[in-house]
Amino acid sequence: MAKKLDKVDVVVVGTGWAGGVVSAEMAKAGKKVVTLERGENANREDYIGVKDELRFDNRFEIMQNLKGDTVTSRNELDETALPVRTMKDFQLGVDVGGASVHWAGSTYRYWPYDFEIRSMTEERYGKDKIPEEMSIQDWGITYDELEPYYEKWEKTAGIGGEQDPLAPERKMEWPNPPMEETPPLKLFKDAAKELGLHPFQMASGNMSANYENPDGEKLNKCMYCSFCTRAGCDFSAKSDPLATVIPTALKHDNFELRTSSLARRVIYDKDSKKAEGILYTDLVTGEEYEQPADVVVLAAFAISNNRLLMLSDIGEQYDPKTRKGVIGRNFNGQYNSAFNGARGFFDDKKFNLYMGAGALGACLNDYQADNFDHSDLDFIGGGCIELRQYGFGAITSGQNIKGDTPTWGKEFKEESLKYAYSMLHVWYSACTLSYYHNYTDLDPTYKDEFGDPLLRVTYKFGDNERNIAKFGVERCHEILDAMGADHIEDDEVPDEFDHKYQGGHYTGGVIMGESSETSAVNNYLQMWDVDNLFVVGGSAFPQFGGHHPTPTIGALAYRASEGILKYLDDGGGQLVKEKKAAKA
Amino acid sequence: MPENNSEKQFSRRDFLKTTGVATGGIIGGSLLGGLIGFNLDGDNKSGSGQGGDNSGSNGDNQADTLPIEDARTYISRQDDFKNLAAAADVIYPEDDNGPGATELGVPYFIDRQLYGHYGHNATDYRQGPFEPMKSDTHGRQERITRGEMMIIGLRKLTDVSQEEHDKKFHELEEDQMIDILKKFESGDVDTPGMRSEAFFGLLRDLVIEGVYSDPAYGGNRNMEGWKMIGYPGPRMGWENDIASEDFLELEPESLRDYQGGGVTYG
Repeated sequence: MAKKLDKVDVVVVGTGWAGGVVSAEMAKAGKKVVTLERGENANREDYIGVKDELRFDNRFEIMQNLKGDTVTSRNELDETALPVRTMKDFQLGVDVGGASVHWAGSTYRYWPYDFEIRSMTEERYGKDKIPEEMSIQDWGITYDELEPYYEKWEKTAGIGGEQDPLAPERKMEWPNPPMEETPPLKLFKDAAKELGLHPFQMASGNMSANYENPDGEKLNKCMYCSFCTRAGCDFSAKSDPLATVIPTALKHDNFELRTSSLARRVIYDKDSKKAEGILYTDLVTGEEYEQPADVVVLAAFAISNNRLLMLSDIGEQYDPKTRKGVIGRNFNGQYNSAFNGARGFFDDKKFNLYMGAGALGACLNDYQADNFDHSDLDFIGGGCIELRQYGFGAITSGQNIKGDTPTWGKEFKEESLKYAYSMLHVWYSACTLSYYHNYTDLDPTYKDEFGDPLLRVTYKFGDNERNIAKFGVERCHEILDAMGADHIEDDEVPDEFDHKYQGGHYTGGVIMGESSETSAVNNYLQMWDVDNLFVVGGSAFPQFGGHHPTPTIGALAYRASEGILKYLDDGGGQLVKEKKAAKA
Repeated sequence: MPENNSEKQFSRRDFLKTTGVATGGIIGGSLLGGLIGFNLDGDNKSGSGQGGDNSGSNGDNQADTLPIEDARTYISRQDDFKNLAAAADVIYPEDDNGPGATELGVPYFIDRQLYGHYGHNATDYRQGPFEPMKSDTHGRQERITRGEMMIIGLRKLTDVSQEEHDKKFHELEEDQMIDILKKFESGDVDTPGMRSEAFFGLLRDLVIEGVYSDPAYGGNRNMEGWKMIGYPGPRMGWENDIASEDFLELEPESLRDYQGGGVTYG
């Protein structure tokens, strides 16, 4: 029997940017809030002095152990899904701070087009431009409406950047200057300019200067030590929830953080249509608890938000055959179609590629969103062309070989040593659009350690994904050519999703929108069906834009926080009136 | 990196010469097999020897820090370990750039990885049904652990070499070993409970990791892997050098340097 605890104002599941922001905002507003985290009680000290490629990049030390649960994966509706068993194939965040602790730091706002993709595509190209099987839709919020929340998050996170020449003018300056320009980035920018493109220094969550955020949290200047992505920061110089919103929340006595606490169900009353709290298991003792609350916030990773709703039988499960139901609909993410480009090998140049930072990079948005004419193209949407200087360890650098080189043996060794610091990868991180046949539900076979079904992901590419990737590879090739690479290897565009969940960018399934027929939550991320249940995070994305997701998750978390406070202070109820006859 | 050649103070061949064990009988058809076998048989009088956990802090190349002086923690049969070392040296061979896998301690690195949580798949989803042959793209689906997979694969190497050459795998000529490894790589060998390419992929990845990971894990002895490639190891940061046009070539430092080493308390 689960032990029932005292009721609080708000219970939050998850401590990443989504749960962290909500926790901090509730704590600041004086609400009694309990936040549950399945992982361990990590803090900034845990990452001091552990610059270890094998441990973090190859053994995924700070990713979620899959022993307890994972997803199952398949391409086709009639296929039997198999579990994704290893962390090499599935990298999820865990511990306090969640996936945000190991994010690289690249910081992009989505484009006005991203938020109104269906309306704006139909308006410019006509209805026939969108294939029938594509289930993309407007977000129910515009860029202009979301901008104040982007600003709020960027200030909290202390993002450093410069104005993208093609982007909408920012109302607020970036809180910090851009990061340093290094020789490979300069080479990239010069070449791109020569081609008439508009490169700029990528905005970064790696601190370009010492910074104190509006909540009084202090971040240090980045040392360019290279251990960002998949690692926690040695210096508190990467903006993450451990350095910002979690300490802010912890300053308030009305906030409580409970770690090793795995949320298993939303306690839900079907008659009143209210969420009553969270049932969770203490993973150290094995004991079960019920945490009642006036407002329940699911702010875990998209995978967990999807699964928790399904296990709790809340909302109507999406069915791809009837195309009815909303929970699990439009599951999406950046899979192997989303990072293709070209690799340039330089015979007479060596770059200090062991130095770097996760979001030390240059990029351009000439082929982003609807910034270029798609009339004669066989896809819609776009992506960002990037060159990064992450800073690579020797295991990674030791594998820079041209495509026709063997991956082991004498020739491998010779070539890999030759190009270890002479290969630059320019890639196009393209949007991935939603289709009726891509969704999540509960797996009929595989179970977690408690006997609950795993989440099953059904995902295959549409032509848009293959075509946009091919287009991107050609553009990256042109840039590398202008950069003077001696050999250029084009990435092979994959035919199909390969069940590798790397990169950690998975979204959808509990998507936002204008109508309860085609979305699960409104633009405060409040469920249409259950007005005291907010589902916050990438799970709300109706489709994936041509940029990484973090800033949009941060902005939506501030938007949701505002909604939760409205709900608590104004006597509840639906915060948004839905529009019927929604598109898509 | 030409300077690496001059820095390389010994090679497997040099070692054999200087310690006087380079007799034809021991070397036989396989230089490597003979070397490992020699040491496993306990006849190496080359020095006190330090394990991988003690080597590598300052990069001094002393004969007594040769990686062959160590102990296995997972693999029991000597033939399995000899096969592992022989295959590792084919995957990452000694050449003019510097030492090969065995000299870098890679077989011991792999042995320790197999002993630990990685070898026992402690962080993987392990519930059935298991269908290792069902999908080309779903990644690992084997019931067996990585450690078990390696043992099965290493023994299968000998099965195939016995069949084709009437010899143990580690006794073969290098070209013969390459041919057999290619068969495993392309999935052409029937191996129980797994695809042969899964075994080969694991072996290949572990070899590369052993060459280039921090010496704290038992490979990359004396940071010779890092010296060959020009990796300086983990440093406080590169704030002052990040915009430098020139490639900075530095003597590597390891986690032993970075974390300070030793324990003080109170």
